[in-house]
Amino acid sequence: MAEGGTVSSRAPGAAGTGQDTVEDAACTPERAQPYAELGLGTAEYERIVAILGRRPTDAELAIYSVMWSEHCSYKSSKVHLRRLAATMARSDALLAGMGQNAGVVDVGHGYAVTFKIESHNHPSYVEPHQGAATGVGGIVRDILAMGARPVAVMDSLRFGPADAPDTRRVVPGVVGGISFYGNCLGLPNIGGELAFDRCYAGNPLVNALCVGVMRHQDLKSAAASGPGNKVILFGAHTGPDGIGGASVLASATFGDASAGSAAKRPSVQVGDPFMEKLLVECCLELFGAGIITGIQDLGAAGVSCATAELAAAGTGGMRVELDAVPLRDPSLGPAEILMSESQERMMAVTEPGSVAEFMRICAGWDVPATVIGEVTGTGRLVMTWHGDVVVDIPPSTAADEGPVYDRPAQRPASQDALAADDAAALPRPGGAAGLRDTLLALLGSPDLAAKTWVTQQYDRYVRGNTVLAVPDDAGVLRIDEDSGLGVALATDGNARYTRLDPYAGAQLALAEACRNVAATGARPLAVTNCLNFGSPEEPAVMWQFAEAVRGLADGCAALGLPVTGGNVSFYNQTDNAAIHPTPVVGVLGVHDDVRDRVTIGFVSPGARVVLLGETRPEFGGSAWAHVMHGHLGGSPPRVNLISERQLDHTLMVAAAGAMVDAAHDLSDGGLAVALAESCLRGGLGCQVRLPGDPFVWLFGESAARAVVAVRPGRESAFTQLCADHGVPATVLGTVGGDKLDVEGCFAIPLTELAAVHEHTLPALFD
Amino acid sequence: MRVGIVTFPGSLDDNDAARAVARAGGEPVRLWHADRDLRGVDAVILPGGFSYGDYLRCGAIARFAPIMSELVPAARVGLPVLGICNGFQILCEAHLLPGALTRNAGLHFINRDQRLRIESTGTAWTYHYTPGQEIVVPLKSGEGRYVASAAMLTDLTDGGRVIARYLGRDPNGSAAGIAGVSNAAGNVVGLMPHPEHAIDTLTGPSADGLGFFAAAVSRTTAGQVSA
Repeated sequence: MAEGGTVSSRAPGAAGTGQDTVEDAACTPERAQPYAELGLGTAEYERIVAILGRRPTDAELAIYSVMWSEHCSYKSSKVHLRRLAATMARSDALLAGMGQNAGVVDVGHGYAVTFKIESHNHPSYVEPHQGAATGVGGIVRDILAMGARPVAVMDSLRFGPADAPDTRRVVPGVVGGISFYGNCLGLPNIGGELAFDRCYAGNPLVNALCVGVMRHQDLKSAAASGPGNKVILFGAHTGPDGIGGASVLASATFGDASAGSAAKRPSVQVGDPFMEKLLVECCLELFGAGIITGIQDLGAAGVSCATAELAAAGTGGMRVELDAVPLRDPSLGPAEILMSESQERMMAVTEPGSVAEFMRICAGWDVPATVIGEVTGTGRLVMTWHGDVVVDIPPSTAADEGPVYDRPAQRPASQDALAADDAAALPRPGGAAGLRDTLLALLGSPDLAAKTWVTQQYDRYVRGNTVLAVPDDAGVLRIDEDSGLGVALATDGNARYTRLDPYAGAQLALAEACRNVAATGARPLAVTNCLNFGSPEEPAVMWQFAEAVRGLADGCAALGLPVTGGNVSFYNQTDNAAIHPTPVVGVLGVHDDVRDRVTIGFVSPGARVVLLGETRPEFGGSAWAHVMHGHLGGSPPRVNLISERQLDHTLMVAAAGAMVDAAHDLSDGGLAVALAESCLRGGLGCQVRLPGDPFVWLFGESAARAVVAVRPGRESAFTQLCADHGVPATVLGTVGGDKLDVEGCFAIPLTELAAVHEHTLPALFD
Repeated sequence: MRVGIVTFPGSLDDNDAARAVARAGGEPVRLWHADRDLRGVDAVILPGGFSYGDYLRCGAIARFAPIMSELVPAARVGLPVLGICNGFQILCEAHLLPGALTRNAGLHFINRDQRLRIESTGTAWTYHYTPGQEIVVPLKSGEGRYVASAAMLTDLTDGGRVIARYLGRDPNGSAAGIAGVSNAAGNVVGLMPHPEHAIDTLTGPSADGLGFFAAAVSRTTAGQVSA
């Protein structure tokens, strides 16, 4: 708000409207402008002057400052993201890809699914409740803008140490905000992640994912085409909230006291999920009426972004009367209107003859709608205020032709010392009692403890199509009641692995998300990602980023999966300390029939417990090293994408053929934690015998592994399946009883496991 | 039988209620909050959600919706009406049911698979169950704590108007563990948990909730059930 005020409170222009007009700008080239306060560099400002052939007006400066912000322009990441874009070429499932509001994939039977994950990290630190709530609202509108009905959300959350006082402020606020917004909007929350680490103390990560469903022919484009067509702004009125959010929040570091000017005051938006619910239903009725020629959500950079992007992607020109924008605060000027990030707004283009029907449908949902302009063939985005022209720019220069930086990247020297500090040298638990204590400590650690305290605040049932949700490996949704067609979604990221090796870490996150989806029986189909990193102006961070993107791109190519969209969040650091590089990978899979889904729970006494994959003594970045020793060093588990693919395929075939009735991916905490979770989920114990060093088998974190329960009678078919796919299968024991019984090590009653597992989060946050 | 499901702005579980009616063999009929028309239905469900964003107070605005001017008189003369969650709140605000629903004792929204005991089977919506039957259906609400005066609680208990109670760990601090109540005639029922989310084991914890919808569908004559 303070930033917007700076702009609009400048001396009135010569035209007497109180605003800086294009005419004024041409006459007063020397006038100083607050571009630096708006987050633009001097070279960037000079480029704007060169584009326009004059200084920008206040309103134009507002547009360029938000559109060229890191958040909107991807100026530091673009050169690297091309690698991800290349993965789309190899997919024939893709109906719309990167660069759209969200990627769209064909899932069969005429259905298409769109999904995307996006960060709302900085607002969620400043004001956890509203920051997280509006993060959900924003990603839901992205999905809606593709023409889809949003059908579920997920959230991937990372916070500072669980017992830190500030974490107790942030966690309940964030969870409460997601609960408030998602529940009221009527979208089931079907999964996500929760992790704690010192590196997120001043910079939590709140990444929200939304998935939507449509018929193929319903796909919409964000383009303003056809001169004479009307531009309609609908939804909430525009207020002073979140002004400059994109340029301020996502382009700088908090607590940067060295800056000479006043500290940047982040401005967090306020969400109204009820209005968003009306907006969703209203849009779907408008889509159904066939009167939308182009549509765009208003998110970061509000009206600036929607008008510039719609115009740039369409015929190329648009005329907008800013006076027509309905305001919550009548004192707002053009620059503030352009930068406002008021929530629950959409912009659509419709033919003049359809305006009346458009208005009728909006009125039926009590959604305010206003014609604010029309499409032109001039190639210019022109905006007026009280009759004066205050904006006259080529829209593509704001939307698509922002600055692009190939920033210096340098592997930091400290990386060698980190790699040399091998976790294998750490003291290991001695004897059976030590192994038992280690399992209980891991199971009760904040990262691995039951997420019930969080998930019970979310509605998982609304819409009636939720087949699986947390604590299963992936969220599973039914799409078509007749055929049983559905999708599975998982998000994963392991920042410790990525800190040790960004290339491998990104691939491990991808592999884990695929495994999670496959464990439910789904076929992985497409990838979205949220790349959370420190400042791109630091060569070490840029190296992490470049490596992680390269790893993800190579991994997707190896697995034959397209990256359909995503989001980059830079400047996740407090003072000079960057977070661990944290790429979060979301994988969408398809279930031909969700009735074949497999949960993680042991449910059949006598079922054979089998470990799939190869177990090696790999402890770098492991939960054991982190929880028991506070240690991070060495190398992450070895990546073998061929093994991952074979394992995923085996899990899918086993589910479809009803060979297994439990399957659980192995990740943090290894086999021990996976077995405990499967016992607790199904309410049945198991007896297992380990074939080697129990510590390595219980707590090692080798990738490409899963544990399954083979249905009695299907053992030989399953053994043959594993052999056919070259997947090592180790018979460990059988399901049954009321203890997790590891021969020669421990036999822990499920009641004790449950108490330890469930106790942690309520004790910390209630 | 035709069972109407009212959609208010902010209703969320209306499609789920319609699906449950269809699964029970009935014909779901969608009713719109702004219409003063019940379209001749044999029973009405007010579904869960956040009507009008829960602004002012849960259900407080919805009770003034045009369709309520038709629904309230019809309910007073015997039309079976089931309010689920937000629908229960609306029925209390409309004074078709006594008491009120307030913020959960733990102050959090709670979603869990909830065990319930059916206490009264003498209503238009519960006669498919047996007295004392235990069922599991999802509970999902932030303002589900039932409160009423001591005298009213006694009346409800003595009159067989507590239709279901929570079992196990108390989810929200409701008076006497009350999960649902009926009016004296037994045709109007309010229930905080969501039977429409328990119609099969694919998408719910059980199929225990179907009984509520089967009851509406298998009624042969209006006013069959009396208190």
